[in-house]
Amino acid sequence: MSEFINFYLFPALTIGSIYALGAVGISMIFGILRFAHFAHGDLMTLGTYGILAAAALMPVNPLLLVPFGMALTVFAALFVDRFFYRPLRDLPTIYTVISSFGIALVFRSLIQLVWGSENQVLVAGVRPPLILFDTFRVSVLHLQAIVTTAVIAVLLHFFLTATRTGRSMRAVADDPELAEVSGLDTAKVVRWTWIIGAALAAVAGAFAALNTSAHPNLGWNLLLPMFAAAILGGIGKPMGAMAGGFIIGMAEELSSYHWIGDEALISPSYKTAVAFVIMISLLIFRPQGLFKGRLL
Amino acid sequence: MTEQLSVTGLTAGYGGPPIIEDISLSVEPGEIAVVLGPNGAGKSTLLKTIFALTSVSAGTIRLGERELTECRTSALVPLGVSAVPQNRNVFPSMTVDENLDVGTYAAPPADQKVTRERVLSLFPDLKGKLRQPAGELSGGQRQMVAMGRALMSEPKLVLLDEPTAGLSPAYLERIFDLLLDIRKTGITILMVEQNARQALQIADHGHILVNGRNHVSGTGKELLADEDVRRLFLGGTAG
Repeated sequence: MSEFINFYLFPALTIGSIYALGAVGISMIFGILRFAHFAHGDLMTLGTYGILAAAALMPVNPLLLVPFGMALTVFAALFVDRFFYRPLRDLPTIYTVISSFGIALVFRSLIQLVWGSENQVLVAGVRPPLILFDTFRVSVLHLQAIVTTAVIAVLLHFFLTATRTGRSMRAVADDPELAEVSGLDTAKVVRWTWIIGAALAAVAGAFAALNTSAHPNLGWNLLLPMFAAAILGGIGKPMGAMAGGFIIGMAEELSSYHWIGDEALISPSYKTAVAFVIMISLLIFRPQGLFKGRLL
Repeated sequence: MTEQLSVTGLTAGYGGPPIIEDISLSVEPGEIAVVLGPNGAGKSTLLKTIFALTSVSAGTIRLGERELTECRTSALVPLGVSAVPQNRNVFPSMTVDENLDVGTYAAPPADQKVTRERVLSLFPDLKGKLRQPAGELSGGQRQMVAMGRALMSEPKLVLLDEPTAGLSPAYLERIFDLLLDIRKTGITILMVEQNARQALQIADHGHILVNGRNHVSGTGKELLADEDVRRLFLGGTAG
């Protein structure tokens, strides 16, 4: 039991937290701006490198430098929206989707150009785990990721349900034309969508890099499970995307647990395929996701 | 508080050939005006044009002294114009309370609590459903939520696109009664309606469009009494 919790459950919840934080942005952008933002993974990577750059100047805990990563991703997101996505807004969605592929490549190439393409670590060395109740060995990073994501989920729920901007965002996600007829400031809603999506992408990038290492393909490699999480939670349902992130993360990690006999149920190298199977199955059997989101 | 709506020589469409041509009408402050006509006459397009959802090629729209023709859709609510579309007129995943709240964002009323109480007194059916998602309500209840949302900004003019479409006869009567209640508060109403006879019975003025052009206008009583109007637009029997 303790082996399951120490080596599978906490890592699964950590991966789930990373997916959840990334999937919120994907879901919100899809719900409000009506396109699949394929540059979201690379936005995450950009956030990681923003933190890495700040860490080179300030040798403190990298998590304290997350605001620098957020600032970089928010600036980058608002910049590409203003100059690349907004001019395409009135054209069929496919133009913006293809454009986001291009932006993904631009982000990745810029990262390689500025910081190089080799692996880099945010924290060197091994940190001893926390030992709880003399039984459970929990990595400090895992605990930080899970608690941070839980706090963000509560704050996000409050923002979306109790603030004027949050409710306006839900209104635009529900029906953009009616939102306009109701006089809502859709430009402000779009701006906040990018700010929240990009800021959370930076947090996800920080935990992803701390969990492994920083490299230019970090976010791109996580894009598929994050999309699966957004679809699972229901497009346009940020809280659903959070739940979807945890479910996909758990499914991926726990699929390699030795549920039957001594062998892993599914080889760990096929983890990503689990997310892919869940995504395809949902698109076929329940395209609105678990929380009745927008149909793709 | 209220101002006259004046539409003069309005020609508009959706980018192709015009759907409405050279339409002129005026709605006096605090009255109910109804736009009638056969399918495809351009009734809904006229309402959408007043609400800046089409492209205008000629003519003007004024509310009192203010020119609305060049206004963006989202700028109209702060100017005192609210609209209730025919379909998809509520935010389905949001509660009734949140739907009403959204109605105040573009033009916050002086005292939101008082306005909310006033709106709920017009729609008492909604009082017990404030925490329910609007998407789970019946068609008639959704129409009330949509009208409530439009009234939350304390508008001078409300545009209603077929408020009774698809409703049961019981709700149809309720909606017409509600329109009379709203008129008592001094709000001007311009609506498109398929239930022509009932609409003319409560309307101060009616405007009949045919093929996107003005056909005939008059008071509700005049139109109900007009032999041609009865024969062509009201099913032929005396009202």
